[in-house]
Amino acid sequence: MIPEIGHFSLILALLMASLAAIAPLYGASRNDQRLMSLAVPLMVGQFLFILIAFAALMQAYLVSDFSVLNVVANSHSLKPLLYKISGVWGNHEGSLVLWVLILSLFGSLVGLFGRALPLSFRARVLAIQALITSAFLLFMLITSNPFERVIPAAIEGRGLNPLLQDPGLAFHPPLLYLGYVGLSVAFSFAVAALIEGRLGPLWARWVRPWVLLAWMALTAGIALGSWWAYYELGWGGWWFWDPVENASFIPWLIATALLHSTIVMEKRDALKRWTLLLAILGFSMSLLGTFLVRSGVLTSVHAFAVDPERGLFILILLALAIGGSLALYAFRAGSLEAGGLFAPLSREGALVANNVLLSISAAIVLVGTLYPLFLDAVSGAKVTVGPPFFEISFVPLMVLLLIALGFGPLLAWKRGDIGRALGMLRLAGLAAFLGAGGAYLIWGPGPVMAFLGFALAFWLLGSILTDMGHKAKITQRPFAPMAALGRLRRVPRGIWGMWSAHMGMAVLVLGITASESWMTEKLVLLHPGDATEVADYTMIFQGVEPVGGPNYTAVRGHFTVMKGSHHVAELYPEQRAYSAPPMETTEAAIYPLIMGDLYAVVGDPDGKGGWSARLYWKPLISWIWMGVGLMVIGGGLSLSDRRLRVGAPKRAAITTRPGPQALPAE
Amino acid sequence: MSTNAPHRSLGGHKAWNRKRRRFWLVILCLTVLALAAFLILRAMDDALLYFRLPSDVIEQNLTAGQAFRLGGLVESGSLKKRDDGTSVTFMVTDGTTTLPVIYSGILPDLFREGQGIIADGRLDDQGWFIADQVLAKHDENYMPKEVYEGLQERGHPMGVSYSDEEGA
Repeated sequence: MIPEIGHFSLILALLMASLAAIAPLYGASRNDQRLMSLAVPLMVGQFLFILIAFAALMQAYLVSDFSVLNVVANSHSLKPLLYKISGVWGNHEGSLVLWVLILSLFGSLVGLFGRALPLSFRARVLAIQALITSAFLLFMLITSNPFERVIPAAIEGRGLNPLLQDPGLAFHPPLLYLGYVGLSVAFSFAVAALIEGRLGPLWARWVRPWVLLAWMALTAGIALGSWWAYYELGWGGWWFWDPVENASFIPWLIATALLHSTIVMEKRDALKRWTLLLAILGFSMSLLGTFLVRSGVLTSVHAFAVDPERGLFILILLALAIGGSLALYAFRAGSLEAGGLFAPLSREGALVANNVLLSISAAIVLVGTLYPLFLDAVSGAKVTVGPPFFEISFVPLMVLLLIALGFGPLLAWKRGDIGRALGMLRLAGLAAFLGAGGAYLIWGPGPVMAFLGFALAFWLLGSILTDMGHKAKITQRPFAPMAALGRLRRVPRGIWGMWSAHMGMAVLVLGITASESWMTEKLVLLHPGDATEVADYTMIFQGVEPVGGPNYTAVRGHFTVMKGSHHVAELYPEQRAYSAPPMETTEAAIYPLIMGDLYAVVGDPDGKGGWSARLYWKPLISWIWMGVGLMVIGGGLSLSDRRLRVGAPKRAAITTRPGPQALPAE
Repeated sequence: MSTNAPHRSLGGHKAWNRKRRRFWLVILCLTVLALAAFLILRAMDDALLYFRLPSDVIEQNLTAGQAFRLGGLVESGSLKKRDDGTSVTFMVTDGTTTLPVIYSGILPDLFREGQGIIADGRLDDQGWFIADQVLAKHDENYMPKEVYEGLQERGHPMGVSYSDEEGA
């Protein structure tokens, strides 16, 4: 009964979404207030119905209702509660329900918080959002009904892939969807602006919080996925340039560009058409990613149930959304008023450089991801584009980006003084040298790129500290530390957000560079009592023992790690055998230290008392995720900035600026 | 130049044209760079791993040292541990031809005899395939798509028994 309620709720939601896609749009064109004001209640209504459907599916998973095909295929009565919950979105059908749930949630939030938006504009934004929701609901109801019954009911479920039974992965998909779908808001705003034919700084101010939110979720989602790959797959790697990873990385690159171009648009009323294009492309790439993951056209290590019919449907959806919005853009973008002018060497100029570099990076990743499809279609040859391609083409762009990133925030708006910026950045240049030198002192010789990476990261850190010192006016005499700190405290949160995110970038670069360049990897055959040197550490193999878990049995290895005569840690890597579905997984044992991770994987026995093992020392690798954490925190700080808060335009219009103190120059 | 340009002063019009030119310049830049990337791909053999079944390897008379991606079925009973205790050898077959493979390292969790695999690596002088990496898919019905399609083309029985996730 409950699954049927869920199914009917989806149908009702589809009806409401279709109505919400048509009526407000028509109303806006006829200037009919009543039709336009239908948008918000219809949006909230569809959200509530999808929520009912989601709850119904959740209920089926929680009570292990094996009369529902989806539950049979993806759950098991013995599975821990957390994974029963995450099992809801761990499969194609369920993840679609979550997708439309978030889509309509964002739509409702735009409706409820967007009171400051002009009525016709809000109606159009919501209509576009509803159009996307209805397309996905239609897709779900036609090709992938999550509530399909099995008669007679199954006795037991097939279980969730044990690799996916992991807390990190339980939240990875929802975060990614928040990111993808968050970009749909920017898309809807862009399309509505194109229909309306009006676009100004206010538009950027409305869109920016949504882009920030989407960007934060996408950043956290991708990081969680790579972290999971790092500790769960047991290969020690964290990024494989796999098509599915790329599918989430391309929207991220575009969202990052969009995040920066909206600043220019808001402050200087420039880059308007470019920003619109990015807003359209960002969501288009999210859709493309969805298509690539679910249609099975690309071979990937990620598996979703593959179905050509679904692929075709998403392809049509993709063509309509991307083709339609780009056609609209081609027709209407020219009629939008051009904005402010600026010199190439200015804050705007630096942000344009950021945008160009990020867009080209996105284009390169896209080409590398789609090339196998192209070649297969043209010549029938099956190829894989390996990491070397991405490393050769992507890394140089990031080098340029990091150099520009050091300059950007120190250049003035409209017309920057490069000589002055260079003067201010003397210390950052020094920091770059010290950084590269310090790396040599710690780890010794390495590839040139390794030292370049360190130099760039310290260049960026130096530039951020210079910017902070400049804002705090520490060069002012007489030197007053408390006054300087006070000035720093009054710096708007948006600027703090920028500092945090850019600092995160520097930390990320340090982590990637050190772990790629100075990693120690050992593949050894060990007997109990054997010791192996791994970098500065000694790992002593103590043997293996059988252990049991809730739904698996395992062989557990035991390593004692020493540094000289000093005890560091005990490591317990496991080889698990799950019962449903029958599958073995490798559980790496990781001991994170500030300066690097100790990483151990136990392999197979050789039958003569020896066990193969893979042991690593990975310098600074956890800095990768710390860096990403700083980026997300930066996004949060920016989002909490008063001036950008959702609905702020209205309040800002009423209240005048508080007090006479001048806002710091940005 | 354009009919729908908003009415504005001469200076503004000039500026507008300049901006529009710059806009197209950016588009041009992007196109050129995408093209460049495309050319890099065509030129860079190292970065492209061609997928081959054992029969393709023999037919195409591959030279040693060239990286490619091997796919096929692991022959039952062929998996052996070598004396060093950490590397293994096994046979990969497509029904017609069989290729011996050496791999140093821990095999992925889903590696089983009689099932499909994908391995990246190169041939050595003796005609052995030296695998750098043996790939696993996060899925218990492990049959890589290319392997399935390749076997199907060559008429191997495993090419027909590929079961869809929704089949049950």
